[in-house]
Amino acid sequence: MIILTGNDLKSGAVVWWAGVDWSLHVAEAVDVGDQAASIAAREEAARRVNAPYSIDALRDENGVRPAHIKDRIRALGPTVRPDLTLKPADPEAGNWVI
Amino acid sequence: MYQYDRFDQAMVDARVEEFRDQCQRRIEGKLTEDQFKPLRLMNGLYLQLHAYMLRVAIPYGTLSGPQMRALGDIADRFDRKYGHFTTRQNIQYNWIKLEEAPDILAALAKVEMHAIQTSGNCIRNISSDHFAGAAADEVTDPRPYAELLRQWSSFHPEFSYLPRKFKFAVIASETDRAAMRLHDIGINIVRGHNGDLGAAVYVGGGMGRTPMIAPLIRDFVPLDQLVTYAEACLRVYNRYGRRDNKYKARIKILVHELGAEEYTRQVEAEFAHLLAQNIEPPIAELERIKAHFAQPAFMPGDVETSQPDVGDGKFAVWVDRNTHPHKQSGYASAVISLKPVGGIPGDATSDQMRLMAALGEQYSFNELRVTHTQNIVLPHVRKADLFALWQQLEAAGLGTANLDQVGDIIACPGLDYCSLANARSIPVAQRISERFAANGKGDTLGELKLKISGCINACGHHHAGHIGILGVDRKGVENYQLLLGGSEAQDTSLGKITGPGFSEDGIIDAVETAADVYLRERQDGERFLDTYRRIGMDPFKEALYG
Amino acid sequence: MADALRFRTDNAVDHPAVTVDAYLEQSNASAVRIEPGDDARDLLPHLGHIRLVEINFPAFGDGRGYSAARVLREAGYTGEIRAVGDVLVDQIAYLRRCGFDAFEPDQPLDPSDVKMALARWPDVYQSAADGRVPIWSQRHG
Repeated sequence: MIILTGNDLKSGAVVWWAGVDWSLHVAEAVDVGDQAASIAAREEAARRVNAPYSIDALRDENGVRPAHIKDRIRALGPTVRPDLTLKPADPEAGNWVI
Repeated sequence: MYQYDRFDQAMVDARVEEFRDQCQRRIEGKLTEDQFKPLRLMNGLYLQLHAYMLRVAIPYGTLSGPQMRALGDIADRFDRKYGHFTTRQNIQYNWIKLEEAPDILAALAKVEMHAIQTSGNCIRNISSDHFAGAAADEVTDPRPYAELLRQWSSFHPEFSYLPRKFKFAVIASETDRAAMRLHDIGINIVRGHNGDLGAAVYVGGGMGRTPMIAPLIRDFVPLDQLVTYAEACLRVYNRYGRRDNKYKARIKILVHELGAEEYTRQVEAEFAHLLAQNIEPPIAELERIKAHFAQPAFMPGDVETSQPDVGDGKFAVWVDRNTHPHKQSGYASAVISLKPVGGIPGDATSDQMRLMAALGEQYSFNELRVTHTQNIVLPHVRKADLFALWQQLEAAGLGTANLDQVGDIIACPGLDYCSLANARSIPVAQRISERFAANGKGDTLGELKLKISGCINACGHHHAGHIGILGVDRKGVENYQLLLGGSEAQDTSLGKITGPGFSEDGIIDAVETAADVYLRERQDGERFLDTYRRIGMDPFKEALYG
Repeated sequence: MADALRFRTDNAVDHPAVTVDAYLEQSNASAVRIEPGDDARDLLPHLGHIRLVEINFPAFGDGRGYSAARVLREAGYTGEIRAVGDVLVDQIAYLRRCGFDAFEPDQPLDPSDVKMALARWPDVYQSAADGRVPIWSQRHG
């Protein structure tokens, strides 16, 4: 699947296109098919997102997994500070990145 | 240290208001990201992997107790209770909101700090020797010259849209503690034949994808012509530096392609022209700045009686490794390691920053320094106070005795934070420091400078490490190249790649293997680098790949 | 050309600027346009005959035009120097300091934004082409 990501313009938070709005959670990302460029242009013009780009991802039993490690780190948070990731209580969360 | 007058304060305050206006225009949609990006970068604001990142300048690495305390308070108020000290004597905050960035700049301005030109294709924060003003071996304190150049380069109307970023380093001793010749311009303040001070100017060094050691282009610029000479160096670069290819746009490429001789000829012609333009500040300005860097009121020293009692074994090791000779007898410069075993190199919590601020006030005449090796220095500590200082550092987890040892690793933020990175740096640093602490070899290796970058841009100075590690992306998997033989000191050299890269596990083993070769081959008094230079790459290759 | 924002009182040149190469081949024109790759110093022998130099910024990030303007002012040129192309309000203050005294960007500037941008800086740190007294001279009266 192809998913769309970027950063929230004001907060800078990593966000994923979830169909009608942006989500902090990659698991909620939807397949944008061939619509990535048009959604990105519209959302950027509306100043809801900064620097959007589309990536390859896979849907599996754990949710949505970006194809590249960089985007998996974006989805979780810094692997060296588990306390600052989206899953601070999950000691195994870092393994999902690698 | 330098204190703002009403002029400096007004300029910084004006910049805060300008950036507040620019942020507002961006949020309202009057500026596109393409237009806003160079403006935010010139105020140190990046968009990184997880959020905006703000890079705050610490000019020539010097800051006061209240400034360090303010950095800690900003980490609490606007970030997640920590900051990252960088290889260019800056501090970075990783979790910044665009809306709050102008308020942070305002908070910085209150303590005479800023983020001006910490990014962008302009003249960046000017770095210097972290022992400046304290080192026993310096010719003079280099910081007044760095401050003069800071003012000259701030909001420079001609040089704010250069082909690429531009970094100065200013030192004033034979021993180079600032990687001077790996900067776009490196200045060494020297004493000339007639006894006067002047500037030896090196141009065209740098790391990145094309590392180069800067050639000397003039051995002596009189100090009352320093700004004019710098202007000439920059003008030739601004006019003729390449703009067709971002990767060939640094001044090192211009100097390399023209040749140092031709570049020098063009600079000299421009210099002669600019001398007639009367752009040099009055010499009284240099004297005014110098007065700010007057020596603190040291107590009369007596080396014999003020030597600390080094009875405690751990304390003795710390004194041996983490203090540096001071020009004033009875004093030493103390280095606070931000490299605990298994820690994140260069990170400090807000509480640690406030503690270091208090210790700087109590023990070091209200002065602290940031080193390009991502540690903190208390430059002027009475030897009699070292034990009390060390005890407080130990209690706060800041007493690691590993300066210039294998555990004192430089590491860029890498793929954990940086959108340019290809691989993570920090976990590799953590695992190496843990490995050498656990197997006990760390204490037997002596000076061994290990530097890790997560991409070719070389923020982790991997080219200049006795052992360097470069993270690369191999088909979506992190991979690490090993380099040997680099140095950023006065014997500047560039490391050479050993051969094929390693996995994350493999690179930890490879570093230990290289260290074992050294332990086996070293002769009396040799550092790792000395042994490598004597025996060459082959024995290391044999052990790594044989 | 009526749209140019000018900081001078003489009448604007009313014919188009020619390229530096064209100017050097036949020097009847009194208006020349400098592109980023041109050497402004080629014009120095002819400055007495030139009334307008346009300096083009195809992209605002290409800062060669700043040096070109200063080189002309340092040679004593007193005619108009006009910034054209991708010129934004955020560059106006620096351009003025380098000797530009007219602006005709692709995207028109809002005069009130320009006014605010030019009033932003109470003082300047360096000597440049605008004759402002730098802070380091003011400190030592």
